[in-house]
Amino acid sequence: MSELLDFFSWLLLGGGLLFFAAGSVGLLRFPDTLSRLHALTKADTLGLGLVVAGLSLRAGSLLEVAQMLLIWLLVLASGATACQLLARQCDEEGGDD
Amino acid sequence: MTEWLLDGVLGLLLLGLAGGALHVRQLYAGVLLFISFGLVLALVWARLGAADLALAEAAIGAGLTGVLLFAALARQPQAGSEPRLSRRRRLAAVLVLLPLLILLLPQLKPLAELQPTVPAQIDAALAQSGVEHPVTAVLLNFRAWDTLLELAVLLLALLGARQLGPLQPKLSEPWPLLQAWGRTLAPLLVLAGGYVLWRGAASPGGAFQAGALLASGIVLLRLAGALPALHWSFWPLRLLVLAGLLLFIGVAAACAWYGDGWLHYPVGSAKLLILLIEAAATLSIAASLSLLVIGDEPELQP
Repeated sequence: MSELLDFFSWLLLGGGLLFFAAGSVGLLRFPDTLSRLHALTKADTLGLGLVVAGLSLRAGSLLEVAQMLLIWLLVLASGATACQLLARQCDEEGGDD
Repeated sequence: MTEWLLDGVLGLLLLGLAGGALHVRQLYAGVLLFISFGLVLALVWARLGAADLALAEAAIGAGLTGVLLFAALARQPQAGSEPRLSRRRRLAAVLVLLPLLILLLPQLKPLAELQPTVPAQIDAALAQSGVEHPVTAVLLNFRAWDTLLELAVLLLALLGARQLGPLQPKLSEPWPLLQAWGRTLAPLLVLAGGYVLWRGAASPGGAFQAGALLASGIVLLRLAGALPALHWSFWPLRLLVLAGLLLFIGVAAACAWYGDGWLHYPVGSAKLLILLIEAAATLSIAASLSLLVIGDEPELQP
């Protein structure tokens, strides 16, 4: 049972890492602001979510899981808000840099 | 092995960000790098087990100082005026610093063999300090003078910043999304601030961190347009800014007058006094920091 949990946890952590790496590459390589934001928010939301899910499988208590979930939700909401603000700013200035 | 890898990466990242923040061409990028530097520094403090410093660095060093630097940047004349350091000067600096480091570093070696005696003394006196967390005991009891003077320094900084003229950030019409998120986040920040203040007695936390959290909530609400401009002429605000320092000095004077001496809390009521001082200091710090960051309306010239 615990080996299975361990395996799934590694799988989720690896998936999260993949999203973070892809997001960073996208941030560096994509041509304009909007697509960079698109790449970045995937890392924020999905990547962090997968990492939190992977760590939850190893957590010692439900309290730890709840704390991590709360952190994830906060990052999710603030990341989405910040992305919207940046996108609108970019839209108002009317140009890609 | 993995711990060394993590620490090594963090250390190198810190040095790289510091160098970048100092030497990047655009000031804007420099400010961004400085904020990232503060966040990585907070991680490094956390790795070193100094959670108090990590909290303070993340809230004040990275967060509020970052906003202050951006505000300063907005008043800066436009691009092209950035100072440039010529290549020859950089080379000269390296040539001076390297031999100096090589000379100085071996002299530091005996320090590594010294046994610190202060932690043992703190542990011995912790029972009488009124709090369970050694850092809070040092800040609010054993070395309360330092904290008192820190509050005075913060007040002086605020007064000095006011002499430079009113800081008027041009706030654009806030977006509904930012308003909604600010309204959601503000109660959470108040909750977190209160928690950090209350837990400060037994674990990392305290007045400065709690004050910075509250101030960030105020700044967020102001930027979202949910708060009116802060008026320096509004006397309760001025009283709030002064409250921490006044209460601290009042307690210190009362201790000197009726008790054993300046800032020697009477045994038994130390916890209550420390809690009172910390609560007042939190509100003062929150008011001062938010005034520093978002400024206030210019006064009417008679």
